[in-house]
Amino acid sequence: MRDVAIVGVGMTKWGELWEKSLRTIFVETALLALDDAGVDHIDSMIVGCMSSGLFTGQEHLGSLLSDYLGKNPVPAARVESACSSGGLALRQGFSEVASGMSDIVLVGGVEKMTDVTGCEATYALGTAADQEYEGYHGLTFPALYAMMAVAHMHKYGTTREQLAMVAVKNHDNGSKNPLAQFPFKISVNAVLNSVLVADPLRILDCSPITDGAAAVILCPAEMAGKFKKPAVRIAGSGQATDTIALSSRKDLCWIESTRVAAQKALAMAGRTIDDMHLFEVHDCFTIAEIMITEALGLVPKGRGGKAVEEGLTAIGGKYPVNPSGGLKAKGHPVGATGVAQAVEVVKQLRGEAGARQIKGAGRGLTQNMGGTGGSSVVHVLEAM
Amino acid sequence: MPTPSKYWREIPQRYRLEAGRCTKCGYVAFPPRLVCPACGNREFAPTKLAETGALLTYTIVRVAPGAFEDEAPYAVGIAELDGGVKLTAQVVDCDFADLKVGMRVKLEFRKMSEDGPAGVIYYGYKFVKE
Repeated sequence: MRDVAIVGVGMTKWGELWEKSLRTIFVETALLALDDAGVDHIDSMIVGCMSSGLFTGQEHLGSLLSDYLGKNPVPAARVESACSSGGLALRQGFSEVASGMSDIVLVGGVEKMTDVTGCEATYALGTAADQEYEGYHGLTFPALYAMMAVAHMHKYGTTREQLAMVAVKNHDNGSKNPLAQFPFKISVNAVLNSVLVADPLRILDCSPITDGAAAVILCPAEMAGKFKKPAVRIAGSGQATDTIALSSRKDLCWIESTRVAAQKALAMAGRTIDDMHLFEVHDCFTIAEIMITEALGLVPKGRGGKAVEEGLTAIGGKYPVNPSGGLKAKGHPVGATGVAQAVEVVKQLRGEAGARQIKGAGRGLTQNMGGTGGSSVVHVLEAM
Repeated sequence: MPTPSKYWREIPQRYRLEAGRCTKCGYVAFPPRLVCPACGNREFAPTKLAETGALLTYTIVRVAPGAFEDEAPYAVGIAELDGGVKLTAQVVDCDFADLKVGMRVKLEFRKMSEDGPAGVIYYGYKFVKE
């Protein structure tokens, strides 16, 4: 396998982008990544997108987006793994460059979620759960994560306030990210008084509905010196699957696919979790971040709530988690999220993260997750 | 609107709680499967789920998907049935304040939803307090 580097990144302001279509959002972002690398030619492109069919009625994205980017006839593929589609796209792009099949690959992620009503968006997101044995009974994603929260609170004594502190921390970080959908701070009280979605989760425990895209340019590490910006190496890539039905899991309080994917990615990189200087993780709901910090091994089982309360996961803490603002504040255009996590780590490793910069960051980890943990994709990125 | 076959083929599970017991390791698959996730065996003997169990977790859905919009708020939960299988379903005929981890429940056959005034009426199992 060849070593693979990220030599360009692009992301535009996320939010409810009424005036922009899926193709426009994607192309604007892809152009930023191409310009950041200072490259015009690509050999191939991979697009992560969860459900353009249900959100916009459009499939066949590989060809559509390569056409609008002016890159026909390059090969282009769209990949899907629910909310980890973006992370999977990065992994597929990595494989393509590492294998020698392509040299310069554009990896993008995109989701246009506001072309349908909130109710239809809830349905589309729900297709990442077991439609016949969860969706059939009226389960939603907030409901599934709420049941994980109830189980975690019951087993470990995690508190309602600790859940809120995840959202507060990520909004603190997001207030320093001008591209975030919600770049402002919130208080614990605001979370505790926001409207209930699925008890005990309230609207400020939930990541939002977002339009957005993110893109990176990959090339063999040996070519990375030719480009404008400092390169970042993809030192490790890991992916794992688990049952998509939450009820089939051995432990409702544990995300095994994240543990396995992280172990694989760290083993490939020859690193341990303590070698990482920052973590961009999949906080689709506040309870998710708590369970992910446990599955990554940052804290022992059941201690994720305490960790956020003690400031362990804040910028300036021992393990800075989601300096970008995470899905909660930055937004969660599902197919784009996994790619945007890599964009943030690259910016941090280049020292381009502005007010949210982790000082001296040389290595970072991304963790992107589908459904309630039915899939997880983890990457280890290192400054070259 | 889906064709009736999508619903019809799940009836043995939804109406009669039919499951498959692995002939090698005893794992009970619900819904039935072709390969045992525990041991890889491909042979199952028909069995039926226990109809009682205890709640492992629960929540109250306040924001529902389209088909359930008129029913919100409603409770859902995952229970471990007495045979060991874990199952997701609505919890009905129960005050929200009574919901707690460990609450004993039993399965009852209930109406789930319908495809408009002329479409299929969907039935299935729900939890009630034992």
